[in-house]
Amino acid sequence: MSKHIETNPSKERIQYLKARKRKKILISLTQIMLLIVFIAQWEICARLKIIDPFITSQPSRIVNTIIRLYNEGQLFQHIGVTCFETIVGFISGTLLGTAIAIILWWSEFLSKVLEPYLVILNSLPKIALGPIFIVWFGAGTTSIIVIALAISLIVSILEVLNGFLATDEEQIKLVKTFGAGRLQIFTKVVLPANLPVIISSLKINVGLSWVGVIVGEFLVSKSGLGYLIVYGGQVFQLDLVMASVIILCIAAGIMYKAVVLLQQLFIKSHI
Amino acid sequence: MSYIVEINNIAMNYQSPNGEIPAITNVNLQIVKGEFICIVGPSGCGKSTLLSIIAGLLKPSSGSIAINGKEISGTCEKVGYMLQKDYLFEWRTIFQNVMLGLEIRKIKTNVNIEYVNNLLKTYGLYEFRNKYPSQLSGGMRQRAALIRTLALKPEILLLDEAFSALDYQTRLAVADDIYSIIKKENKTAILVTHDIAESISMADRVIVLSSRPATIKSIHDIKLTCEKRTPFCSREAPEFRHYFNTIWKELDVHV
Repeated sequence: MSKHIETNPSKERIQYLKARKRKKILISLTQIMLLIVFIAQWEICARLKIIDPFITSQPSRIVNTIIRLYNEGQLFQHIGVTCFETIVGFISGTLLGTAIAIILWWSEFLSKVLEPYLVILNSLPKIALGPIFIVWFGAGTTSIIVIALAISLIVSILEVLNGFLATDEEQIKLVKTFGAGRLQIFTKVVLPANLPVIISSLKINVGLSWVGVIVGEFLVSKSGLGYLIVYGGQVFQLDLVMASVIILCIAAGIMYKAVVLLQQLFIKSHI
Repeated sequence: MSYIVEINNIAMNYQSPNGEIPAITNVNLQIVKGEFICIVGPSGCGKSTLLSIIAGLLKPSSGSIAINGKEISGTCEKVGYMLQKDYLFEWRTIFQNVMLGLEIRKIKTNVNIEYVNNLLKTYGLYEFRNKYPSQLSGGMRQRAALIRTLALKPEILLLDEAFSALDYQTRLAVADDIYSIIKKENKTAILVTHDIAESISMADRVIVLSSRPATIKSIHDIKLTCEKRTPFCSREAPEFRHYFNTIWKELDVHV
């Protein structure tokens, strides 16, 4: 319940804390070492011609490619385009998904009617719809965002709706005894009780949105990290492909961390 | 004599695809102001259903409920309901939790807020008003739940197994606590329980229901000789055992 403040920790306690800290440091060190060893052996093997850098690329050439992109002023343009599409994709996927889930929660009839359609749409690989979107929305950013949205939307609807439907019946009964109607049941109980569910669906949607955006860029775009990867592959510039993949790794990692941070912030403010 | 609650010929059937299940038949009961009524019955007999009907949450198949002589349809602000657990919302502070009823009924006036603050002060929760439910003990949470109900100034309190979620020791203490608050605020109370001892210790009258479909099997006026009529002291009264044995036999429990 309350935090235990230790004024005079026992010897055993000090030892425990020390051992814990040591273990943590050991794990971090090993993680960093693993990365360094991997990069180093990649570079060495390429230099000693054990592997062909034309096919596998090599760390120094990847760094040079990133620097070249930066000097040409292209680096942040490509990163920006892809990140923008991804953010729009997962935020709109979550919001729209929640909105539709609200409607389906409200009308049990509609939810029952749409259930089989949702199940089928959920099992359909949404990427197959890519060409349709391109015809409908043109070969550009809109199509890419729609693909990202399509991938995350159905999952969001199902997840949030399940959360809504699993709201504690007794909590609903409680507000009913105060005379609450359907709207108040929703705003006072169902929505606040399910904010954690909505945030966790936001987290899942970040990953799905990346998939949608990269696939979308493979299909249509003139810029973005997905475009760089496809372009690099077509002209056999593995340096460009590898550089883009590494930048993608970093961008996706940062975005995921940001959403996790948001979630922790939220949980803190709600205990 | 006028009654605060009149239960007239209530019957309740549940409909399901597999058929009709009669839950309650032919229940009649009159309750006077300030009375503490306990309803006991075998588990699954429809005690809670009866309480939900009195609260206006369920519409009976036939019969009617009158509060202060007026027939009700739907929930009524004169009736407060306490559930099995406290169901305080974890995302609200204690103050926000006890304000829930006023918020929903849209009567968050200064007078009512003042009243809630007084309740919090009287019952020792004012210092904890900005804490979250998880930071409170089980007894305090139950008290907060009672204040949330009292905030709407109900004349009648319905308690649905209100203590059964607590461990035995806490339960005895909380029953004492809640009982004294109800008596102090001069409320009429109907407690549904499966605990015979609890019902005798708190009630002015114990209503014994039959197994399903529930109907009133017998009514016991509880008269105990003890100095202070608190649930805890009541258990010491010489008549306690006698009542217990009678009701136990009537419930006819088979294992």
